[in-house]
Amino acid sequence: MNQYSIVVYILIAILVTNLIRVLPMVLIKGPVKNRFVRSFLYYVPYVTLAVMTFPDMVLTTPTPLSGFLALLAGIIAAWFRLRLFPVAVICCTIVYLLL
Amino acid sequence: MRQIGKDILHGLHVGFPIALGYFAVAFSLGIIAAKAGLTAPEGFLSSFFIRASAGEYGVYTLVAVQAAYVEVVAMCLVANLRYMLMSAALSQKIAPGTSWWRRLLMAGCVTDEIFAISIAHPGYTPPAYTYSAALISTLFWASGCAMGITAGNLLSPDMVTALSMSLYGMFLAIIIPPTRKDRNVLYALIASFVLSGLCAIAPVIGEWSSGMRTVVLTILISAVAAWLKPINLDADESI
Repeated sequence: MNQYSIVVYILIAILVTNLIRVLPMVLIKGPVKNRFVRSFLYYVPYVTLAVMTFPDMVLTTPTPLSGFLALLAGIIAAWFRLRLFPVAVICCTIVYLLL
Repeated sequence: MRQIGKDILHGLHVGFPIALGYFAVAFSLGIIAAKAGLTAPEGFLSSFFIRASAGEYGVYTLVAVQAAYVEVVAMCLVANLRYMLMSAALSQKIAPGTSWWRRLLMAGCVTDEIFAISIAHPGYTPPAYTYSAALISTLFWASGCAMGITAGNLLSPDMVTALSMSLYGMFLAIIIPPTRKDRNVLYALIASFVLSGLCAIAPVIGEWSSGMRTVVLTILISAVAAWLKPINLDADESI
């Protein structure tokens, strides 16, 4: 039954995940001069976090409505520059109250 | 020396709320890890060294079904490919002349949130700032996972669902404020939400894993944004 070892699974995951992180840093040594590449790298963080947030946030909750309301409240709270933790607490609380 | 002390304190200050959020998320992750048969020390060590929410979730579910090792490799690649993009972006925020091992260590610190706060640092990002934020959040992340494994069944399923919202809340707190300063970021975010939503319900693409969807959409939308609205190179320290 247990032909695969948990330790090996974990070691593989550690190795692959950290290689992914380190590889670009090894390849890109100095500042990138190319305007397109710089612009691309400028947009990457915002786009990737946005894509991870929606629609997953709405699909995680038992009813899409509670996730959607949490999303809306989170956007409004963040717009008014609340910090990471308060925004996270607001989203959690709304979903918990609507469950 | 004094500047390094300030950077460390700043990193801890910014890292602490992340750490609290991590603890909550890792706790729910620990519940899944427990189902896969991990012990608390295994959960602590794997979380400490992997540091990837979606990636770990994928790995633990594969462990639970005793999947082939090659599937774990594929899962880690797809679920974490965004770190490659983040690491590339972060490489532009490190002061020239920083030693190679500091650059590698900073790359190793990359998680969604640590990347976000490193990028948000004005000017070049001091390594000590990233390290200290990463260290405190990673300790909470790993402890949260271990706690989830040992005490996960004490929480109601409703609470676990609610806790899973904390990650998304943190993402919103990172991506929304810059839209007030840069209208192009706002457009990029709207495009991201719309396309991501469409892809999730579209035929064929909807079958992709969310990690795969993240990578493809990130490359596509960022490239189009960079093409249509390139940044002003003279004022480029705003990254």
